[in-house]
Amino acid sequence: MTHGLQRDQNGGLLPGAPVGLVVGGSLTQGVEVRLDGAATVEDIKAGTFLTIQGGRQRYFGVVTDIALGSSDPRMKHTPPQPGEDFLVQVLSGIVAYGAVTVMPSVTLPSVLGDEESPPPAKTIPPHFARAYTAAPRDVELVFGREDENHFWIGNPLDMETKLCLDLDKLVQRSIGIFGKSGTGKTFLTRLLLVGILQRNRASSIIFDMHSEYGWSGQDADRRRVVKGLKQLFPSQVSTFTLDEASSRRRGSPVDEVVGISYGDVEPEDLLTLRETLNLSEVAAGAGFNLERKFGPGKWLREFLARQGQDDVKELAEDVGINQQALLTLHRRLSQLTRYEFFTDQAPKDAAVQIIEHAEKGRHVALEFGRYGNDPTAYVLVSTLLCRRIHKRYIDLKEQAAGGGGREPRPLVLVIEEAHKFLSPAIASQTIFGIIARELRKYNVTLMVIDQRPAAIDSEVMSQLGTLLTCRLDNEKDVEAVLAGTPGARQLRTVLSRLESRQQALLFGDALPMPVVVRTREYGSEGSYAELGRKAGLQPDAHQGETAAQRLEREIKELF
Amino acid sequence: MLSPEIKGAVRLGEVVKSASTVCTVQCYQLEGAPPLGSFVRAGGGPATATADAVYGVVAAISAEPLEPGRPVLARGEAAVSEEEVYRSSPQLARLLTSRFEMLLIGRQAREGFQAALPPVPPRIHTFVYGCTKEEIVGCTERLGFLPLLLDAGSLASAEVVAACLRTAAEVYPDRGQFLLRAGRALAGELSGDLPALNSILRRIIL
Repeated sequence: MTHGLQRDQNGGLLPGAPVGLVVGGSLTQGVEVRLDGAATVEDIKAGTFLTIQGGRQRYFGVVTDIALGSSDPRMKHTPPQPGEDFLVQVLSGIVAYGAVTVMPSVTLPSVLGDEESPPPAKTIPPHFARAYTAAPRDVELVFGREDENHFWIGNPLDMETKLCLDLDKLVQRSIGIFGKSGTGKTFLTRLLLVGILQRNRASSIIFDMHSEYGWSGQDADRRRVVKGLKQLFPSQVSTFTLDEASSRRRGSPVDEVVGISYGDVEPEDLLTLRETLNLSEVAAGAGFNLERKFGPGKWLREFLARQGQDDVKELAEDVGINQQALLTLHRRLSQLTRYEFFTDQAPKDAAVQIIEHAEKGRHVALEFGRYGNDPTAYVLVSTLLCRRIHKRYIDLKEQAAGGGGREPRPLVLVIEEAHKFLSPAIASQTIFGIIARELRKYNVTLMVIDQRPAAIDSEVMSQLGTLLTCRLDNEKDVEAVLAGTPGARQLRTVLSRLESRQQALLFGDALPMPVVVRTREYGSEGSYAELGRKAGLQPDAHQGETAAQRLEREIKELF
Repeated sequence: MLSPEIKGAVRLGEVVKSASTVCTVQCYQLEGAPPLGSFVRAGGGPATATADAVYGVVAAISAEPLEPGRPVLARGEAAVSEEEVYRSSPQLARLLTSRFEMLLIGRQAREGFQAALPPVPPRIHTFVYGCTKEEIVGCTERLGFLPLLLDAGSLASAEVVAACLRTAAEVYPDRGQFLLRAGRALAGELSGDLPALNSILRRIIL
C-alpha cells in the first residue's frame, strides 16, 4: 500500500499525491473526481487545487464541492453496525466513497515558455483521467512567480507556495474588496497597496476614512498598532489630513493639511449626498436653482448665510422650489459649517496639491481624523476631490492623445464604504459612478472597499475587474459579488466556507482563475522587512527585448 | 482441523462429471471430502501441475449411496455408538460415497495460474488433488479468481466464498491484510449488491 508515502508528517497529502479518477461531469458544472483508497474527503477542502492528467494536456482546477457517494443506494439503510470495523474498512472507498467536484480552469502545457500564461480550459479531461494534488510548481505556472509584475498576496489553502497577482492587470480596471466587518478587508487593502507601491505600477489616492493606511493602523485582533504605508515607504507616500490635531496626536507626520472652500462644492455634489443626508429628490436638485440664482462658487455660502425660516422660505419663493424641501436642505447642509476644514477660501487648492503629488509618482493618503465617522464629510470631500482629479486626468489624456504630453500615470482611487457613493439610486449621477464606468480609458480606476456589496449599483459591480472578497454571510451580498462570474454557483460554496479571518476569495482579471488564499502576514517585523523591501526581486537586465533581440543576444553569448 | 492441502498434495478422488464451470468429484474415501471452500486441483501429478490442470474451490459436499436406487437405511438402533454401526456393517464404506462440486476458478498456464476457465472441461476420471500452500498463494495472490467464483451462481454461496477466503488467508503471513485486500476486491465485484456483499464479509470475520 502506498498510503504512507503520500502524506507528510501531519498526515496531509503531499503535493502531487494521486487522489482519484475522473468519473463524470461537465464543463459548466465541473468534473467529478471519485476519490480512491489513498485519499479521503477529509484530505481535501473546498478551494484545494488539483491537477488532472488528461490524454493530451494537464488541467489545473479548484475543488468546489465535496460529496459522499455510494455505489448501492441500499447502503444508507443497512450500514455496518458499530464494531464491524472490517466492513467499514472494506466498504470505504469502494461501495462508500468520497467524490469531489473540480472546476478545471486552465490547461497546463508540458513545457511553458517565458511569456506565456496558461490558457483557460475550454474542455474537460476524459473519463478515468487521474487527479493529483497540485504541486507548488503548478501553482507558479498558473499564477506566476513573484517578480516585477507579480505580487505575492498570500498562500493557497494548505500550501506554502506563494500565490501572486498580476499587478498590471490589477490596476487596469477597478478593484473591489468586500467582506463583512472584521474579516480583514483593511489588511487585504494594505497588502494590495503595498504591492502597487512596491512595484511602482500606479499612483494611489487613499481616502483614508479611519486613518489606518497612511501612517499607522490598528490590528484589533492582536491589539497592536501596525505600520501604515508611509512608515514602510517614507519617500513614496504623502499623508494629507483634514484633521491636523488628530494626525498630530497619533504622531503621523503630515505633508499637507487640506482645506476645502465653499466655492468648491457644486450642485451635483448634493446628488451624491442625497442618501447620506436623507434628502428628497427635489431638495437634492435645489442646488442647481441656487447656483443659477447666486452664481457658481458662491451659491452654497450665500445659501448657508440665510438665517431663520422666513429667510429661507423667501428664497424658496424666489428660486421656485418647494419651501419645505429647501428648509430641509438648509437644515441638513448647516452641519457643513461645523467642519473646521470648510473655509470661505482655502489657502491652498487641495485637489491641485494631491494631483501634483500623484503625478510625481507619490501615493497620497488623505486622513479624515475625527471626520472619518461622519459620512457626510467623507462623501463630500472625496467627491469634490475626485471630480477635480477626474477633470485633470481627462485633460492630460487628451493632451497625450493630441501628442502634447505623455500619458498620465495610472491612478487608483481608494474609497471605503463605497455603497454611500455607488448605490443604485445615485451611481449613475455621481462622479464615482462615472469613474467606475468609464475612467479606465483615462488611466484612473477605483478600489472600492465595502461590507455591503449588494448596496452597490450592479452596473458598477460589473465594471470591477478584480474582486477580493473575505467572508460574506448575507445571501444578497454573496449574489452581488458573484453576479455574472462564470461558475458562480460553485464559487458560492467556496465563499460561504471561508474562515472569518485572513482568508479571501480572489477572482477576476489579475488571476487566471478564482482562488482562495490565506492572506500574507502583515504586522510583524519580519513582514515589514519583506514588504518594505523593493530589492529581492531579481531585476531582469533583458526585460523588454523582443524575441529576435533575445535570439541575437543568446547567439552572441554562445559564441 | 488442518485442511488436507495444508498438509501437501493429497489425491482425493476423481472427476466423475465434468462441465465448463463446475465438476463433480467423487472421493476415494467415504469421509475423504476436503472442507468447504478448500482449493483443489484436477490434473497433473501429486507434486506438479501440468498445463491442462484446472483449479477449483470445494462446494456442495455430499455423502450418499453409490446407487441412487438403494436408499440408506437406519441401522444403529441396537448399537452403542455410531462407530459400532460402521464396524458391524463394513460393506457400508463400499456402498456409500462422498462427492463434492469443484467450482472452477482458473487453470495452469505456462506463466503460472491464470484466472480463466479451461477451453474444455477436465476429462472424466481426472485425478483431483488438494492444493499445496504454494498453489494456494499462486491462485489467490491477485484475486482474479473472485469473479469466476461469484459467477458460479447458487453453488457459490456466501458461506463458500467466505470459507474459501478464510482458507486462503491462512497461508499468508499477514492474514488480516490479505482479508482486507480480498474484501475490497470483493466489494468491487459486488458494489451494486450490498446485501450479498455484507453477507459474505460478515462470514469472513466469523
